[in-house]
Amino acid sequence: MILDILIWVALAVGLAFNALGVVGILRFPDVYTRLHADTKCTTFGSIFTSLAIVLYAAGEYRQAPEGQYLTLALHTVLAVVVLAFTNATSAHAIARAAHKRGHKPAQAVCDRLEESAP
Amino acid sequence: MLSFIVTALFSGAVYLLLTAGSGPVLRLWSSQELLVAVVVAVAVGFVARQYFASARRRAASNPLRWLQAVAYVVGPFFAEMAKANLDVAYRVITGRIRPGIVRVKTGMQTDMGTLLMANSITLTPGTLTVNVDEESNDLFIHMINVPAGTEARETIEVRELFALFDCPRWVRRIAE
Repeated sequence: MILDILIWVALAVGLAFNALGVVGILRFPDVYTRLHADTKCTTFGSIFTSLAIVLYAAGEYRQAPEGQYLTLALHTVLAVVVLAFTNATSAHAIARAAHKRGHKPAQAVCDRLEESAP
Repeated sequence: MLSFIVTALFSGAVYLLLTAGSGPVLRLWSSQELLVAVVVAVAVGFVARQYFASARRRAASNPLRWLQAVAYVVGPFFAEMAKANLDVAYRVITGRIRPGIVRVKTGMQTDMGTLLMANSITLTPGTLTVNVDEESNDLFIHMINVPAGTEARETIEVRELFALFDCPRWVRRIAE
């Protein structure tokens, strides 16, 4: 019962952050600010939805100790680790490519990278 | 040889993690999977030893540092991430942004330290690493909300990006 509530809470928090990421993509003015909303909010949201999966698997495993629930939980944890690493790297790659291509940050108060470029 | 052992053990452990729950040995693995794990570990260890744990970066393959890295990610880093996420969520809803690219002095000596620092900064919402200055290991960071007064300064310290914990010190302990 308590486990069910925890699963629902984790799912709600995860979906709320994922939804905010989508709203951010629509609202923000340029590629960099959109990357903030998109990549980071969705990572955080996915951590919580994955947490819900792990809790569900743990609950099922306690009732019937079968291997498949252990596999489910471990694969989900590994997916979160991989997601965190690839998300940071790809967000950086997109931002770097955009700046090299000449996209200026919109509404920027300062741009030290532009000044230091040869 | 040590590189081979470390790489083989790590890949074998990951394989066993992926296949846990497949059979009766220790109630976790089937005997076929254990056999395949050994084959995979030897093969991967042979191919990837130079990339995963080369002699030049011996410190990075120290298991104690990996434990510290895990502690860093679940503890201080997750707290920073949660707080910054709430901040970005607030900015998504209200639209109050003040973006800009600032130059951040990290003080990291090694490539590994710079990588971990840059990834930590990118994963924290509101800050995004755009480029690295290869000579000084300074990072160029796009902030969604540049604090008032910061835009006039040439460089800022990396400590100022994290509000709750001293993350740069953790990174230095793990990677340098």
